[in-house]
Amino acid sequence: MFLHNIGIIPGGTKNSAPASGERVITNLSRRGFVVGSSLFVVGVALAGCSSYEEPKIDPNAIELPEAGPSPLTEVKGGDATPALWIAIEESGTVKITCHRSEMGQQVWTSMAQIVADELEAAWDKVEIVQAEGHERYGDQNTDGSRSVRYNFHRLRIAGAAMKQMLVEAAAVYWKMKPSECSAAQGLVSNSQNSDTLSYGNLAKLAARLQVPEETDVTLKDPKDWRYINKEIPSLTIPRITRGEGTFGIDVDRPGMVHAVVARPPQLFGKTGAVRDADTLAIPGVVQTVKLPDPSAPALFQPLGGVAVVATDTWAAIQGRNALEVNWIDGPNASYDSETFAEQMKQTARRSGMVRRKRGNVASDLASATQKIEAEYYAPHLSQSPMEPPAATAEWDGEKLECWACVQDPQATRQTLSDLLKIDKENITVHATWLGGAFGRKSKPDFVVEAALIAKEVGKPVKVTWTREDEVRHGFYHSVSAQRLEAGLDANGKCTSYLHRTVFPPIASTFVPGMDVPTDGEMGLGATDVPFAMPNLQVESGNAKGHVRIGWLRSVSNIYHAFAVQSFAAEMAHAAGKDQKDYLLELIGDARKIDPNAEGATYPNYDASLEEYPIETARLTNVVNKVSDMAKWGRKMPAGHGLGIAVHRSFLSYIATIVEVAVTPEGTLTIPGVWLAVDSGTVINPRHTRAQMEGGTIYGLSNALFGEITAKNGAIVQENFPSWRVLRMEEAPWAFEVEIIKSNSAPAGVGEPATPPAAPALANAIFNATGHRIRTLPIIGANGSRLTLPTKATAQAEE
Amino acid sequence: MTTTLNINGKTETVDAAPGTPLLWVLRDHLKMTGTKFGCGVAQCGACTVHVDGSPTRSCITAHDTLGDVEITTIEGVTGNAADAIREVWVKNDVPQCGYCQSGQIMAATALLAENPSPSDADIDVAMSGNICRCATYMSIRRAIKEAAG
Ligand code: FES
Ligand code: FES
Repeated sequence: MFLHNIGIIPGGTKNSAPASGERVITNLSRRGFVVGSSLFVVGVALAGCSSYEEPKIDPNAIELPEAGPSPLTEVKGGDATPALWIAIEESGTVKITCHRSEMGQQVWTSMAQIVADELEAAWDKVEIVQAEGHERYGDQNTDGSRSVRYNFHRLRIAGAAMKQMLVEAAAVYWKMKPSECSAAQGLVSNSQNSDTLSYGNLAKLAARLQVPEETDVTLKDPKDWRYINKEIPSLTIPRITRGEGTFGIDVDRPGMVHAVVARPPQLFGKTGAVRDADTLAIPGVVQTVKLPDPSAPALFQPLGGVAVVATDTWAAIQGRNALEVNWIDGPNASYDSETFAEQMKQTARRSGMVRRKRGNVASDLASATQKIEAEYYAPHLSQSPMEPPAATAEWDGEKLECWACVQDPQATRQTLSDLLKIDKENITVHATWLGGAFGRKSKPDFVVEAALIAKEVGKPVKVTWTREDEVRHGFYHSVSAQRLEAGLDANGKCTSYLHRTVFPPIASTFVPGMDVPTDGEMGLGATDVPFAMPNLQVESGNAKGHVRIGWLRSVSNIYHAFAVQSFAAEMAHAAGKDQKDYLLELIGDARKIDPNAEGATYPNYDASLEEYPIETARLTNVVNKVSDMAKWGRKMPAGHGLGIAVHRSFLSYIATIVEVAVTPEGTLTIPGVWLAVDSGTVINPRHTRAQMEGGTIYGLSNALFGEITAKNGAIVQENFPSWRVLRMEEAPWAFEVEIIKSNSAPAGVGEPATPPAAPALANAIFNATGHRIRTLPIIGANGSRLTLPTKATAQAEE
Repeated sequence: MTTTLNINGKTETVDAAPGTPLLWVLRDHLKMTGTKFGCGVAQCGACTVHVDGSPTRSCITAHDTLGDVEITTIEGVTGNAADAIREVWVKNDVPQCGYCQSGQIMAATALLAENPSPSDADIDVAMSGNICRCATYMSIRRAIKEAAG
């Protein structure tokens, strides 16, 4: 009956220690037994008063009114009931439930920082429990760079409410007023004497108290924060350095067998005749399982094919190599990236659907002193987290239990329920650690594979995706073609701007035939363009999806920022002005921008424009900051160039300057990157810097090397040699990050560093060589484009 | 077929098919999952272990051809270089997701054991076989230099 108050962790995962908070509750539910107050002592010796021994509280010896239900179930962000998030054990260990997936963004640490700060928990007592997938936690979809933004307020409330209940419990015990008691670092003290009570000792008594109303919960003044906005070390990293911790691919269950799947090379290709005699002859192979052919829309369905089940992963892979399958062509058999690129470029040359409009672009363009235009193309990309998708499923005839590296355990549970026709109550999904994700692991198709095979095999099954599987059967970042036009007046000032963007929408994965870019994608760097010219038009053109299109770190912002910020530099060049000065001129005066007022339907990352406006002053500020850091305007050595880009995404403002050096032979290196970020209140500056470096280099990797292409409907690339990613020797030589001090509401940090990377790089290459990059990747997998023109040859080219 | 291997100073007997790479023997047979799978084709370094102290791609190393060698994995790597690397890794929060980091630590430890004061170029050469998709490269470089003193 007190389950809602304190101390229970309903969702402890199997791969972390069981939440012994549940034991606290078991005892509590027996309240009413009056136990003689045998006050034995626990040994808490305080510095300076070593004679003091804390009395052991017997919570059942104290009469208390019956507590009502928690009034904190619907605060901003969701349920802030302390018991949902925090369990304090008798030992004083504070177990904090993290409902978001840990994938390297250090969400365990940041969630713990928020709760523990308001709770006044001692940091060395804090442990994290990973929540299973369940609606009671609210949104668990760990994408969109919003774990902190969505949960900051309610987790502060949960921590602060629990601290107040602990203080009140101490007051009850001491027969004082709560105002005479205060909490710090896991201990409650009082103003009358030097006695203290520890959280572990108070927890059971506190659990019987009424959870306060939100209006009665006092949050700390930010100046009193101990953990928030501090460089608190990661809670996961010490274990990582010892090879501990369980990723999805590491899960082991008693009696488990291993599976890999041979999938049709094309989306919606079908599995024809299967010859598995050679497969079954491989030592260790147990059986093969034919999976159902999916039909459109793709959703999160598996792709079909044949699973090979074996006693170890290697045998399964060998078995798959020996498998002969007659794949039957499907509706996407003619998909060819080269042909499709031409079609998209053609579409971008025709008028599209108007998505935002200011003034009259057509008439202004017609009368402009100077008109410039440019077309940009960016290919499909694969997320390629270092840990490929992997999932383990166990089916007992009634209940299904899964362990997997999923970004969204709730969507996983729902998808399993829908596709396997199992009641959701009978499905448990445990999120393991994720070895990177970048959007790939928000799609739980691989967990469904494991479940389907487990049902067939009757044993726990782990499905491992090889790298080839991950590269060839993904949910790809959308391919795109864009066209930009601008009119400049006699002074080189931009008076009109047209941006037309063409790409297969992510919605094509979910709605059959859907080929119209959505408002959400258009709002990722197209309709939210912050430029001030009097005439502006943003249009979209339609394109069909022929592979599964999905989210990849910062999504459409990647190609939109590449085109828009490259074009800003092209305009500057046409106007004969400095790139940075011209960028600031395009952004214009300090103001708030509302794309909706100009005909857009702008989701603003699901935040209100009141709470998270588009503020041009913050863009200008990061541009100026990063220019100071990089000493913009300095004299560059021969072959070197600086390039700048600024972009707001996930409600954060980031400006990036890249320096490149290009040798006369055309070999490119990156001597430096400078980045200024304004993402409002930052929970952990150290981990924010890591995301800035990582997000930028992820963007540089894509821009330099990343290219997924299709031929006859099948993906051409296979593994890291043909799907090339950036290595240490190609990384920048130096990287400086500056975090703007801000008390604004927290914004995203996991994704927004990626979009400005590619245009800053392309603009730097232009300044170093005079060569304008309009097609990505710049170098490509086999280095065929490695030889960039040097400044001299590029100028001759012009 | 049973094979006897010396792993982290212990004798382990495994029964895996001939030719099975050490990676899968470690992970699936011995349940030592600290060594990771990233590509299976010697491209990413996630599977790096030490064989007689040398960094080795366990994904392409058949377990039954190793013979009488000392195999060391992330779970068992010790010594001055390993201690120094772990210390700077933790102190600077080098990893992000951590998945590539067993391999990074094994590569960095081998580098430092061999070359106590590596140059930037030495570091790049030794570490460029290890892909990190979280792109912790800057942190790794800084940390190795710090460990080298
Ligand atoms: S898994 Fe061995 S090098 Fe990639
Ligand atoms: S830390 Fe995530 S792949 Fe390297």
